[in-house]
Amino acid sequence: MPFKRYVEVGRIALVNYGKDYGKLVVIVDVIDQNRALVDAPDMVRGQMNFKRLTLTDIKIDIKRVPNKKTLIAALEAADVKNKWESSSWGRKLIVQKKRASLNDFDRFKIMLAKIKKAGVVRQELAKLKKETTC
Amino acid sequence: MLGLGQRFPPFHTAFEPAALHRSYTTTESMAPKDRKPHVCRNPDLIRGVGKYSRSKMYHKRGLWAIKAKNGGAFPKHEKKAAAAAPAEKPPKFYPADDVKKPLVNKRKARPTKLRASITPGTVLIILAGRFKGKRVVFLKQLSSGLLLVTGPFKVNGVPLRRVNQSYVIATSTKVDVSGVSVEKFDDKYFGKKVEKKKKKGEGEFFEAEKEEKNTLPHDKKDDQKTVDAALIASIEAVPDLKSYLGARFSLKSGMKPHELVF
Repeated sequence: MPFKRYVEVGRIALVNYGKDYGKLVVIVDVIDQNRALVDAPDMVRGQMNFKRLTLTDIKIDIKRVPNKKTLIAALEAADVKNKWESSSWGRKLIVQKKRASLNDFDRFKIMLAKIKKAGVVRQELAKLKKETTC
Repeated sequence: MLGLGQRFPPFHTAFEPAALHRSYTTTESMAPKDRKPHVCRNPDLIRGVGKYSRSKMYHKRGLWAIKAKNGGAFPKHEKKAAAAAPAEKPPKFYPADDVKKPLVNKRKARPTKLRASITPGTVLIILAGRFKGKRVVFLKQLSSGLLLVTGPFKVNGVPLRRVNQSYVIATSTKVDVSGVSVEKFDDKYFGKKVEKKKKKGEGEFFEAEKEEKNTLPHDKKDDQKTVDAALIASIEAVPDLKSYLGARFSLKSGMKPHELVF
């Protein structure tokens, strides 16, 4: 049961509370036992309590408190966006966002699609059942 | 001190009459339509506190130059001579007690403000009444403020009908209503028909009258058909839209209305 994700310079974290909820940020420095200096391409570098962050598996290679240009370059080099969006955690969040933004008409279309899919699955199952019993 | 100042208007505009702002911008030979948006010469440091003091602003506005041009005093224009009021005759009759005049009311009656999300062609969900849960196409707002909607009748059984804006959820789905003409419909079209007063008849007479009232007049049925013909054509152009309009809306398990996007 050792820890695998550590707070370190370059660790990517997800903000789970506050104004920047849902954003991915990079820990660029540790201030004290409770706070980190945090930066992201679309926000002003600032402090954040660790309680507001959830650590991810992704880590990038940067020096302590890089300037914005270096930070963005390092994020591009490590391909953080694609790594995040292809990870199962990232994909789940994308699906949640999509579901929350569905229109009433979209929900109706999804219901029709689900019924159709279930019908196809049931047909295949019936076919398989017929084969095994005979 | 600054905390108190936040609720008062900024000092520099409170003491300068608004007329002074306009008078020297319009002396330039620019037509009012061509005026560029006025740039603020005195940016706010925080609300209520400008960057420049009154003396600095005097200099920035060039009041010293205007005065110099006018020979030391700010240019004035003469007051227009007040139009002579017609001579009033003293009234012939004074009431014994003072009659109170009702307060002046300048309010105008207008139809209810239509929500920005409701435009012609919007699909609405009716929330109350016989057709609750039905998804219906919005046509126009009548002068009484009620919304004119139609099923269309063939799709979900809702005829041309009036519905109150408060009993409706507007979805973001729009139907193309450019082929539909709704000019002839107004509140009078939907009003109850006034019957001619008949003398008190016998029992049989009464029954014969009742049977006639129940059927819809033919011209209303034809109106429904013409409106729906164009609508159904544009509805069938979108896949699944017809079955969507035919289905009723209901809250299912897990649906939170305050989190749903319509």
